[in-house]
Amino acid sequence: MTSAVSLRADEYAALYLSLEVATRAVLLDLPFAIATAWLLTRRRFYGRAALDAIVHLPLVLPPVVVGYVLLLVFGARGPIGGWLDRTFGLQLVFTANGAALATAVMSFPLMVRAIRISLENVDRGLEDAARTLGAGALDRFATITLPLMLPGVLAGAVTAFSAGLGEFGAVITFVSNIPGETRTLPLALYTALQTPNGDAEAARLATLSVVLGIAGLLLAEGLARALRRRLGP
Amino acid sequence: MLEVRVCKLRGDWRLDAEFSMPTPGIVALFGRSGCGKSTLVDIIAGLVAADSGRVALDGHVLLDVAQHCDVKPERRRIGYVFQDAKLFPHLSVAGNLSYAARRAGSPEIVSFDAVIDLLALGPLLARRTQGLSGGERQRVAIGRALLCQPRLLLLDEPLAALDAARRAEVLPYLEALRDQLAVPMVYVSHQFDEVLRLATHLVLMDAGKTVAQGDLGAMSLRPELRAIIGAEAVGSIVDAEVLGIDSASGLHRVRVGAGVLALRGAGAAPGSRWRVQILARDVIVATEAPRSLSVRNELAGTIVAIAADEPDADLVSIDVGGATILARITSAATRSLGLHPGMAAWALVKSVSLSGRSLARAPLTKTRA
Repeated sequence: MTSAVSLRADEYAALYLSLEVATRAVLLDLPFAIATAWLLTRRRFYGRAALDAIVHLPLVLPPVVVGYVLLLVFGARGPIGGWLDRTFGLQLVFTANGAALATAVMSFPLMVRAIRISLENVDRGLEDAARTLGAGALDRFATITLPLMLPGVLAGAVTAFSAGLGEFGAVITFVSNIPGETRTLPLALYTALQTPNGDAEAARLATLSVVLGIAGLLLAEGLARALRRRLGP
Repeated sequence: MLEVRVCKLRGDWRLDAEFSMPTPGIVALFGRSGCGKSTLVDIIAGLVAADSGRVALDGHVLLDVAQHCDVKPERRRIGYVFQDAKLFPHLSVAGNLSYAARRAGSPEIVSFDAVIDLLALGPLLARRTQGLSGGERQRVAIGRALLCQPRLLLLDEPLAALDAARRAEVLPYLEALRDQLAVPMVYVSHQFDEVLRLATHLVLMDAGKTVAQGDLGAMSLRPELRAIIGAEAVGSIVDAEVLGIDSASGLHRVRVGAGVLALRGAGAAPGSRWRVQILARDVIVATEAPRSLSVRNELAGTIVAIAADEPDADLVSIDVGGATILARITSAATRSLGLHPGMAAWALVKSVSLSGRSLARAPLTKTRA
């Protein structure tokens, strides 16, 4: 009974790695998602529809394709990957950092959507009021727009985090399946299923993933509600 | 001096406004809903672009389309009180006020403490904005706009969203604001009683155009105003000085023009100056000195004009020695009495018709230091 509940050392490693990778992915996504959401919501420009489509690509493409594209661009011989290696000695393939990048790309559309909705609900009149009180553009964004967007930003971040915990196709394609380095929960589960007598482990890991997923969604909803109450009209 | 001359086209609708106001003072932008008052105020604040024109305040040019000059709203130092307050929900009342104070320009026109006192905001400071009543929200909004040390204060129908009781609660604060601070104000409203109590200067707007402007007393006689406020509300606005209180009746004896009226009023000290609105429908015209009538208020004067009002009604303007009274009588009466300009006549006003509502304290014009 206890062996069904407690985890082995390598299972803990997969859990911690998943949490770490998902956290880094969210932190990497945040500034870009806010900037992109702002651009798409507040600015008219030639190519806006194209940007919107590109942002949503990871949602509709097969994750393996996303991983493949990442290899092309960020791989050791890719344009950006090669530059990172030469300039900073930074390698992304086969590393947890790479796993974070793959996860970040896959979660990006979710975050942008959540932030856009939140931004659209910010009363422009409040920004006008701030203008009349002497607040310039950056000032207004930092003191009025951003604080009022916060429910959406946080909800988006927590949802992206929960989704990021489950990222498989892009991660395994880009950084492959290295225990302790890139073997996150979903990859560990997949490996367990390929291994003889791995059923019990697979079951444990699956249960863990479900629990984490539900916890993440509840947290996101609770946060959003609490903040909406505080900021409501 | 505030000088405004702007044009804006929006589809079929066109704004074509021009007015000027001596500063300090309050100019009321008055007109029916949809006549362009709010758009005009947004253009003065810089929140909406004009297609052509110029806005200048005390010599500072804020907008001159021909010269490609358009000062950003955050640099114009114009405070704005919105119809729905627009308080920042993520900040407390104190937070909203200090938001303005921290970004205020110099010189300081009004201190933080003075604003708190003037608008009785002390008990509200720690509160969050969500729990405030409509009247409290507007007082905070006014305080916040004042704390940016504005050269001009714009108020876009600040009382429109309030019920009668809240409106009565906030109006005295606006009067105090006008009397104690030298900040010029542009007050937008479609309620004439607010205009009566607050304004020194009136600009009438109709269908996107400024149709007339002038000081309040002179404007009360204009036909353009009659067209907007309707026949029932027509009346002249005159300056009145309290002479004393009649101990027998409790009525105040008030000088209007060269004559004296007895009015019901609250707490009017002898020597104080008031503004009285006398509705035309409450005035009777007599061609002989009246005797044996229940009407006690009579003002002797000369008819200066007779204008046809509705079918079968005429508006008679009577000069009672420096002030003009309007009377509405039937055209039949005009004919049978043989009324004509230049004729001596008496304007008779029922005392009961002059209640606290038509009395307003005359604005004390404060000169800039």
